[in-house]
Amino acid sequence: MIELTEKSIDFTQLTNLVRDHRAGAVLLFLGTVREFTGTEQTSSLRYEAYPVMALKKLQELEEECSRQFPVVRIAISHRTGDLDLGEISVAIAVSAPHRAQAFDAGRWLIDTLKERVPIWKQENYQDGRIEWVHPGTSGASNSMTNQTP
Amino acid sequence: MKIPLQLFARARDLAGKSPIEIEVPENASVAQLRQILIADFPQLTDLGPSLLWAVNNDYVGVEHVLKTTDEVACFPPVSGG
Repeated sequence: MIELTEKSIDFTQLTNLVRDHRAGAVLLFLGTVREFTGTEQTSSLRYEAYPVMALKKLQELEEECSRQFPVVRIAISHRTGDLDLGEISVAIAVSAPHRAQAFDAGRWLIDTLKERVPIWKQENYQDGRIEWVHPGTSGASNSMTNQTP
Repeated sequence: MKIPLQLFARARDLAGKSPIEIEVPENASVAQLRQILIADFPQLTDLGPSLLWAVNNDYVGVEHVLKTTDEVACFPPVSGG
């Protein structure tokens, strides 16, 4: 199961989706909104997706993970819109016969999601600055100029 | 030919809108489209080299040759998770 959602993620329900009698291990990863990154203080995050492509890439992640690792089931939910501190931005649940396989698959899923899935986060800092996070680019030129429709 | 181009995140904010329409020669590559995009929207110059390109919801290289029916998008590096 994969989804993009504007509603808060029910991680219990997501976890139950991957429980299966063929699995001896169920792993849940949650990404949550962190207040401090170094000395920078975040007050909230906004996530934007290119929805059709993001869903396609999430689907491909699920298929590729199932080929690479002996997983039983996978469920991924990613938030879009505005998130407060501590809220869950992404949840990944994976089940596998044994724990090492579940840990490996879960790690691969979140790492690959962050590389490939067209979703962007915008930091709203405590001091009023608003900046898109685009790894490998300078954010300075973008400060205070964002007006997301 | 006219290519409707979807922009996301900072690229969209800098351009001020999305989608935008870019006039390119027949059989233009993504590299040519990028060149014209930056000429039309010079505020995207700094971001230009780091933009990622997608055609029909798959990543493509700048050598990719465009068709009028393609769904084309470009955006800065992703930061989901």
